[in-house]
Amino acid sequence: MSKIVAKTGNEAMAEAMRQINPDVVAAYPITPATEIVQIFSSFVSNGEVDTVFVPTESEHSAISACVGAAAAGARVMTGTSSQGLALMHEILFIAGGLRLPIVICEVNRALSAPINIHCDHSDTMASRDAGWIQIFSEDPQEAYDQTILAMKLSEQLFIPSMVTTDGFIISHAMQRVEMYDDREVKEYLGEPKSPYNLLDLDNPITVGPLALQDYYMEIKVQQANFIKESKSKIKEILNDFNKKMKRDYSVVEKYMMDDAEFCFVALGSTAGTLRYTVDKLRKEGKKVGLLKVRFYRPFFEEDIVEALKNIKGCAIFDRSDMFAGTGGHLFNDIKSALYNSSSRPFVRDYVYGLGGRDIDVEDIENVYNDIKDFTENHGKGESVKYITVRE
Amino acid sequence: MKDFFEIRWHGRGGQGAKTVALLFADSALATGKYIQAFPEYGPERMGAPVQSFNRLSDNKISIHSPIKNPDVVVVLDQSLMDTVDTTSGMENGGTIIINTVKKPSEIREKYKINKNIKIFTVDASKISLEEIGANKPNTPMFGALVKVTKILDFERMLKDTEEKMKKKFVNKPEVVEGNIRAIKRAYEEVVSE
Repeated sequence: MSKIVAKTGNEAMAEAMRQINPDVVAAYPITPATEIVQIFSSFVSNGEVDTVFVPTESEHSAISACVGAAAAGARVMTGTSSQGLALMHEILFIAGGLRLPIVICEVNRALSAPINIHCDHSDTMASRDAGWIQIFSEDPQEAYDQTILAMKLSEQLFIPSMVTTDGFIISHAMQRVEMYDDREVKEYLGEPKSPYNLLDLDNPITVGPLALQDYYMEIKVQQANFIKESKSKIKEILNDFNKKMKRDYSVVEKYMMDDAEFCFVALGSTAGTLRYTVDKLRKEGKKVGLLKVRFYRPFFEEDIVEALKNIKGCAIFDRSDMFAGTGGHLFNDIKSALYNSSSRPFVRDYVYGLGGRDIDVEDIENVYNDIKDFTENHGKGESVKYITVRE
Repeated sequence: MKDFFEIRWHGRGGQGAKTVALLFADSALATGKYIQAFPEYGPERMGAPVQSFNRLSDNKISIHSPIKNPDVVVVLDQSLMDTVDTTSGMENGGTIIINTVKKPSEIREKYKINKNIKIFTVDASKISLEEIGANKPNTPMFGALVKVTKILDFERMLKDTEEKMKKKFVNKPEVVEGNIRAIKRAYEEVVSE
């Protein structure tokens, strides 16, 4: 029996962690993700979980402890944000390379400088090449569901996952959440699964050895191939999740796309505001749709290209910038995915919301008018625009 | 167009503007509504002006942008009106409920509030001092809000709030009783023009 509760994104993720009942959680607090592990630590002290909680002295140590525990066969989770994820950076690649099923509850927050505690996607984007699955959540419900899903994906595929929410906008916003019974989550996940066990003394192995010109390349190509193959497996696991857990999620979500001429593409909470604006524009007779990218890594480019095949003009919303003079991450990925496609829409990047800058329905309506003009002018002009910026 | 109801709470750091928005959302959820409750995060200092927000709807709420045109504004401390534009975004009308010793007509005159904004007042500080023993105007203002907006069933909300408070204040039944009395009194004592 599921129950309906009011939860913030952080509370929802902490509840998911409680139901997942990891063997080890090693964490260091950081705004706006602190509550996740803070609430979880109260579950530990109340005896509601069987977890060994390791309060470390830094995020680098936290993820290092997670790597060690996962290599020893444990089910492992942590939570972090922004500078915390940045401090984990070098170890993220090790977790990916060692194929350890670690799950991070990550709250998207801007990176310094200047210091800012509010939402953008710079932190998560900076770790996109580490060999992790990255899932964005639109609201606390998705944060809850996808934390459970991520544990399943990681333990089935032996790829670490990070599930993200938008800092404050979701992490600290209370919404209606339908929670599963503890038993349902336990049954869905089953026993922890690990790729190997460092402590299995009868079958000794070496984890993390040196591989130079002789074998490094083969190992990394195997990793690349496996990530590529994982896409169809992720879809299978997601379908199974939908069936067993009564949800309707897809790797990229299409909304009003069937007859759309123009569309918005986005990650995270803004997808919700975009859906609302699509409804509003549709009532005015405008043929506009939304493509929500739920999985950013791996990148489901075939599904995205397919979804955009009949679109004339596509407005991509990026809550991060690559500082390469070429706009944001999502824009660059989608633009490159479309290059070999026979039917390409005009694409323009709209970088928005850095450091928590608000985005309103009105701003999105302006983007609709702009992408329409851009398309009618055959894509003439700058392909990257920074919106809601002070003049 | 919009199929949801929006509330903005104005308070001072420490008065419970965030708590009451969460409490309100939780109670509304119990009556079957879809809800959002979120505070405005900035530098947080005791006594500094703060805001928190609610959205309520019969349908799923997908919008995540800030609330700029609230249907109702609740002011937990009248003195905020001297420095904060508490009716901001209500150019097309709305309702404001204020914790004050003043009558609505006095508030309208003092702050030159437009005719298309309905004003309600209640002395929630006095009520909370008498019933809870401290100046905690947030829960009584919750009672006033429910009376004015008629958006929730009062008896059901009262029962739900009592149950939630009992869980939170297991060893302090007097806190629960005081808060419930304060909510009831504000519900009765809130006045319009």
